Amino acid sequence: MDVSGLSLVTVVLFLPLVGFGILLFMNESTQRQAIKWTAFGFTIATLLGAVLLWSQFDPSNPGLQFVQRNDWLPTFGVSYYVGIDGISLILVLLTVFIMPLSVLASHVSHIFEERGREKLYYMFMLMLEWSMIGVFVIQDLIVFYVFWEVTLVPMYFLIGIWGGENRVYAALKFFLYTMAGSILMLLAILYVGSQAGTFALPEITAAVQSGDLVFPFGGLLSPQSFLFLGFFIAFAIKVPVWPLHSWLPDAHVQAPTAGSVILAGVLLKMGTYGFVRFCLPMFPEASVGWAPVVATLGVIGIIYGAWVSYAQTDFKKLVAYSSVSHLGFVVVGIFALNAQGLQGATIQMVNHGISTGGLFLMVGMLYERRHTKALDAFGGIWKALPLFGAISLVITLSSMGLPGLNGFVGEFVILLGTLGSSTLGFGFALFATLGVILAAVYLLYMFQKIYLGELDKEENKNLPPLAWQEIAVLVPVLVLIFWIGVQPAVWFNMLDASTSTVVAAVNPFLQQVAHIVPAVAMLP
Amino acid sequence: MSADFLYDPNFLPWLIPVGPLLGFLIIVLATNRSRWVPATNRHEYGGHHPAYDGMSVPVVAPASRVLSVIVGLGGVTFAFVISLLVVLRVSQVDFVFGEHVFGSTAEWMSTGITNFNMGVMVDPLTTIMLIMVPLAVVCIFIYSIGYMAHDPRQARFFAMISLFAGAMLTLVVANNLLLLFIGWEIMGLCSYLLIGFWFEKEVAYKAAVKAFMTTRVADVIMLLGIAYLYSITGTLNFRDILYNTEVLETLANTPAILIGGMSASGLIGIFLITGTIGKSAQFPLHVWLPDAMEGPTPVSAMIHAAAMVSAGVYAILRMYPLLEAGSHPHAGEFNSPLLLMAIVGGFTALFSATIAVAQNDVKKVLAFSTISQLGFMMAALGIGAYIAAAFHLITHAFFKALLFMASGSVIHAMEHGEHHTHEHAHGEHDDEDEDDHAHDHAAEAHHDGHAEHHEEHHDEAHSAPHFDPQDMLNMGGLNKRIPVTFYTFVIGGLSLAGFPLLTAGFWSKDEILADAWLGTTEGFGPHAFVFLMLAIAAFLTAFYTARQLCLTFLGEPRSEAAKHAGLGGPTNIVSITMQLPLIILAVFAIVAGFVGVPPDFPIFGAIFSPEHNNFKHFVNEALPPAIQAGAPAFNWFPVGISFLVALGGLGLGYLMYGRKPLKAGEADPLVKMLGPMHNVLKNRYYFDELYEIIFVKPAQATARVVSEFVDRGIIDGTLHTIAFVFRWTGDLLKMLNLWLIDGFGDGVPRLIGWTGLQIRRIQTGRVQQYLLLVAAAAVIIGLAFVVSAGAAAN
Repeated sequence: MDVSGLSLVTVVLFLPLVGFGILLFMNESTQRQAIKWTAFGFTIATLLGAVLLWSQFDPSNPGLQFVQRNDWLPTFGVSYYVGIDGISLILVLLTVFIMPLSVLASHVSHIFEERGREKLYYMFMLMLEWSMIGVFVIQDLIVFYVFWEVTLVPMYFLIGIWGGENRVYAALKFFLYTMAGSILMLLAILYVGSQAGTFALPEITAAVQSGDLVFPFGGLLSPQSFLFLGFFIAFAIKVPVWPLHSWLPDAHVQAPTAGSVILAGVLLKMGTYGFVRFCLPMFPEASVGWAPVVATLGVIGIIYGAWVSYAQTDFKKLVAYSSVSHLGFVVVGIFALNAQGLQGATIQMVNHGISTGGLFLMVGMLYERRHTKALDAFGGIWKALPLFGAISLVITLSSMGLPGLNGFVGEFVILLGTLGSSTLGFGFALFATLGVILAAVYLLYMFQKIYLGELDKEENKNLPPLAWQEIAVLVPVLVLIFWIGVQPAVWFNMLDASTSTVVAAVNPFLQQVAHIVPAVAMLP
Repeated sequence: MSADFLYDPNFLPWLIPVGPLLGFLIIVLATNRSRWVPATNRHEYGGHHPAYDGMSVPVVAPASRVLSVIVGLGGVTFAFVISLLVVLRVSQVDFVFGEHVFGSTAEWMSTGITNFNMGVMVDPLTTIMLIMVPLAVVCIFIYSIGYMAHDPRQARFFAMISLFAGAMLTLVVANNLLLLFIGWEIMGLCSYLLIGFWFEKEVAYKAAVKAFMTTRVADVIMLLGIAYLYSITGTLNFRDILYNTEVLETLANTPAILIGGMSASGLIGIFLITGTIGKSAQFPLHVWLPDAMEGPTPVSAMIHAAAMVSAGVYAILRMYPLLEAGSHPHAGEFNSPLLLMAIVGGFTALFSATIAVAQNDVKKVLAFSTISQLGFMMAALGIGAYIAAAFHLITHAFFKALLFMASGSVIHAMEHGEHHTHEHAHGEHDDEDEDDHAHDHAAEAHHDGHAEHHEEHHDEAHSAPHFDPQDMLNMGGLNKRIPVTFYTFVIGGLSLAGFPLLTAGFWSKDEILADAWLGTTEGFGPHAFVFLMLAIAAFLTAFYTARQLCLTFLGEPRSEAAKHAGLGGPTNIVSITMQLPLIILAVFAIVAGFVGVPPDFPIFGAIFSPEHNNFKHFVNEALPPAIQAGAPAFNWFPVGISFLVALGGLGLGYLMYGRKPLKAGEADPLVKMLGPMHNVLKNRYYFDELYEIIFVKPAQATARVVSEFVDRGIIDGTLHTIAFVFRWTGDLLKMLNLWLIDGFGDGVPRLIGWTGLQIRRIQTGRVQQYLLLVAAAAVIIGLAFVVSAGAAAN
């Protein structure tokens, strides 16, 4: 086993942890400002590191780059193994983009007046960033599992300490639900590792492709199918795929603003990333076999999430359910199992992080001003806060998939992928587009309830205008919304080679594998 | 890059949308300084503005207002000039199908194996749009200066309408379906923002949401068609699809997915047409357009004439070779997209013409007439009358823009009159200053001195029935108050009605009827259907136009407001900017028709088309030669019908409303004539109510059920049940544990003692008893073995 030198990826990965360590030794009562800005500084430093990574990244290389591998538990074949390809990179970029915004948004939050423990809060934020980046760059199954579980801890406390009225319930539900799914994954990981003799993902996928490592597949009750499901269920809970989503609205509604933004922006993407990184290359036959079933769940999620969104009277809950709908799109794109579907899905992960993150920021800013999230409490806000209204409109439209903004690019490419897919087909595209219509329904409803109409409630008439921190948080979101919408080539180029690798792993099985549930595959 | 750049028609089209889009950006970024004016001080922004009655409004600073007007107008003027350059350059070329199509592309994104390019293209069809759209848009902008002069959100208005214009121009010069769709959707957004411009009013924002939603439903289906087209051909470029007969043939021969017996091009066609049905407000997605009147009037002109609805028909014209692939309407062979268009178009034309007859709102009449006229174009396209449809699109844009802006003038004049009478009724001060529209001076005094009075004012506005300045029954006699508007309105109205020989509307409508009649004589059903529907619709069009003209302008004023209506003096800026565009468009509402006169039409043909029908000759080259329209020989019958319906309708309208104009309080003679039917028409066949019952209410109700019952109940309930079971088991274990641990100390010894006692009993020491036990065990095991083996054998 080769031991390589320090990689830039490792630097980016551990920068937040350094910040965590520094914060640990700061004094909460005397250094409040310093704590806030140290936390922000480290998220910015991580951002810069990731941008440096991006600038040195070679998009035409389909393999892993910036690889670093050190033995950890050589007896068991476990190593510290990091490296990125285009898919990892774009999600790391999303993470490091969302984090400074979340930290800055927390600076102006009132939650500390009530709950205090500011230092702990920022420590958890940095710990969260560290673990999320870890999930996207680690190439060893065991270490991946560790990072995967570690993300739960800071989020559990963020919700449980600084959340809303029902925070303990929500935090516990979030923790237990995702934990329960992960246990199955751990079993699958241990089995795979014992068969392969290593836990290094690239080696395992290479062995699977060359035929050295065979997980027999022969329908629903075959080993590969079980292994696939072990991983799939863990990821599906995280995404969340319908009907495993019921932890999401509670967690979102109870979490503090920054928590919701990170949850929607990054944490959910860990699930969809898992599909692409683990399920597809390691279990290609099962992926093909299960694709129609999974995509059907995705389509149900699209429509169901939109439908339930429309019934909400709580702003934050509405946005939370919209995530179920949007991520259904991503799931359908991934299980179209072709280059366009995968690229569209990956871009859509980023888009969702930006748009829904933006929506949660909006919710948070209104909540800071009015201390309510009930849609009925607002109306005519556009008049009270003209700039905020205009920015909110752009974010809403981006979530709706208006052409010229980011959401459209992802949706359109996923649609192309679905139509060109040999596992899915027109029926899926049809239902997915129905979801686009429904998205317009609940988002326009939301915008109308909050921003349009006459400013008739006394409490809304003297809302303070946006603080500079708030503008600083929203502007980068807008920039990315327009950037991806108008000039998507940069982003797609990043993904091109890496998605081709994933597709190449699945391709040989597209024609020969029987679908798990033939009835679903009958859909045209 | 040299100066050649400016003359190169391959690059020039890129610049066309740039002006308005840049204008939008500049206005948005530069003009956000606003001041808050409380409700009590409403005279500061023109006082009587109907949209802000009794509201506090943020007012844009004066410098920003001026800037927004200059930048907005500058942007579209730039677009207009560039378009003219392109048109001039293009007109020097003799188009032949597929040649001399100008344009250039740039890479946009790459997905998997293919690249998406964005680009511009100018062919004959684009060219005629580049004449119509910028001209109409510039007129609308000039008009807006006066119309929005007293609106506190003037800058915002110019920003949004600039974006609107930019999106439309993008759509026109686009060289692929995706860019067209982007422009298409941004227009949808602009219509949402502009219809809901006065978003404080419930009707306004509801109308905005309705417009966006309705068109969005159609757009998404269209997007599905676009994606499907791409998945088959691997390109969305017009040149690669429409100018490539091989691709078209392949599409026509590929069987469609999902629906048996249909070709891929047929299914794509239906999806694309659905998009147009939404955008161009055809039945059954027409419901949004009449409500869209809630926006400021220039917006109505923009939506109804220059941009939005024209875009729908333009998209069909653009994709026509694809839609027609595999059929020959001139030979009586129709495919499903064509039939769909013929039926929807023909039906909509008549359907909404009947509704227009019973409307009293001056703008609603025009709204339904727009739907009806777009139905004419759709129907024409359905029977292969491509040229006639394109021609009608252009002439309609001119006279409908004119009519909307003229009606806006009328409304403005009525509001002015109403305000005037209002001030007089209170007799608080003399406000004879008719030339000055904004009563700043007087109003301030009014406000300072009579704050209490204002309260009263306000209350009264709520208690008294609201005066509707758009109701034609409140008008009458306006021809003397606003003569320029009157004459131009008459020209626009006559053009709409198809007044023979002189107006543009006659020539384009006549051409549709001539084409429909030609097919009818050859025995083609769709042609006959279209001819019949359109002939009746044309008659009704003439009738309601006459009714509108008579009710609005003739007779004696039927209200105090009408008596005092006016736009201020002739030198007033409002008066000039609101009437100059009317004059320009009135000219086009007449002369635009003369470019498409059939060469064998008696007298007129010899004058205007000595060689060939100019319009047809030019636009025909946008089509592959195989489906280019022939030249139907001149036939007296359809021309006679055109004369008959136009003059008959106008005559009947004049007889009913013009000869003996309505007096104040007198009922519309139509009410008596039509009886209960009048109510049905007036309420638009109750389609809004129907949709409310079919779509809106169930959607809300089911959403609630799904949320409460399925999500919280079943899905979360299951989770809670599982959690409960675990907790219950946990509790049970805990209890067992407690019992065991507590009982362990003394329980275990006792248990051991007791067990020992029991076992001692077995160990009796008697061999017979042991044997018996062994035998019993053997029998049981043997039985179990046999049973399981038997089960396994099965």
